[in-house]
Amino acid sequence: MSPPVPADAAPPSAPVGRGAVGLGEIFVTFLVIGATSFGGGVVAYLRNALVLQKGWLDEERFLSALEIAQALPGLNATNMAIIVGDRLRGILGAIIAFLGITLPGAALIMVLGVAYASNANNPYVNAALIGVGAAAVGMLAAVTLQIGRKQLGSLIDVAIILVTVGLVSFLHVSLLWVILTVGPAAVLIYRPRKGADAVESDPA
Amino acid sequence: MNENLSVLGVFSLLSVLAVGGGAAVLPETKALVIDTHHWLTDDQFRDIYGLGQVVPGPNMLMVMVIGYHVTGFLGALIAYLGFFVPAGAISLGASRLWDHFEGSPWRAALQRGMAPLVVGLMAAGAIAIARTAIEGSMTVAIAIAVFLGVYFVKRINPAILVLGGGLVGLIALR
Repeated sequence: MSPPVPADAAPPSAPVGRGAVGLGEIFVTFLVIGATSFGGGVVAYLRNALVLQKGWLDEERFLSALEIAQALPGLNATNMAIIVGDRLRGILGAIIAFLGITLPGAALIMVLGVAYASNANNPYVNAALIGVGAAAVGMLAAVTLQIGRKQLGSLIDVAIILVTVGLVSFLHVSLLWVILTVGPAAVLIYRPRKGADAVESDPA
Repeated sequence: MNENLSVLGVFSLLSVLAVGGGAAVLPETKALVIDTHHWLTDDQFRDIYGLGQVVPGPNMLMVMVIGYHVTGFLGALIAYLGFFVPAGAISLGASRLWDHFEGSPWRAALQRGMAPLVVGLMAAGAIAIARTAIEGSMTVAIAIAVFLGVYFVKRINPAILVLGGGLVGLIALR
């Protein structure tokens, strides 16, 4: 059913304990993650809950799910919820996990959003949100650098990063075109080559 | 009705374009919401992005507040479904396919090639937010302080730094 796998890969399928985990438990687990995780730290919360506390995934399967979540459209947090929920209990598990991880934040942001709509010109509200926005810039920059640090050792990667930033931030090219041009070009640069079994010059 | 369809269209498009997460799609969100549809001003966008930072869970839940500004609670619900369902469906299908390509050299090439693209898109997202959120030396100071805190102090909860930024803003900028 599956091709020979390299030694570092987890065995495909055979999800950990499918059927053994109740939908209610999935919902509550992701609800707690959704209510307590902030900012760029959601991966740490997920790992803590799913690998360390619940033991639903081992470390390798967690990382492979995370790789998928990051390579696909959508947020890492919701993608992880959907992928893990699906592996535990199929589509219903995926929906339940997704609702769990988004509902606390969704409820709270609607409360804040409605309050904001009637206080949009309140100087205290504006001052606090200007501070939050500035803090968000710092956090986003730090998370980007943490994720991108290992790419900085490769000239090809640095070039891809610079081209992407230039197209999006300075030439204001539509994201659709950036993804459709830079994406395939980057994959072609790293295409599998005959004779070289590993992808070239992975700085990781 | 028409506006609800626009909300659905905008956020479904953003959903499938959000390769690499929410930050990657911020510049396009800004362009569509502010320039194309005039749903929000620059300052409102900054404020609503800030709201997304102080709630737990995925910070792109801010799309609900944008939808709410367009057509009320229905708009919020449409934005939520529009932004999360298409990408969610793709994830579900792709994660099932993904395992079948375990060990495929093209799968490795895809991951290897997409990684720097995602980093570039995240950096562009940071630049997009900086262009609306950074004005004056106090905001620069807050951003640098939070950057250093998140990057170098691993054990700190980012939420505390973000709320701290809000508190400093409240005291210094009102």
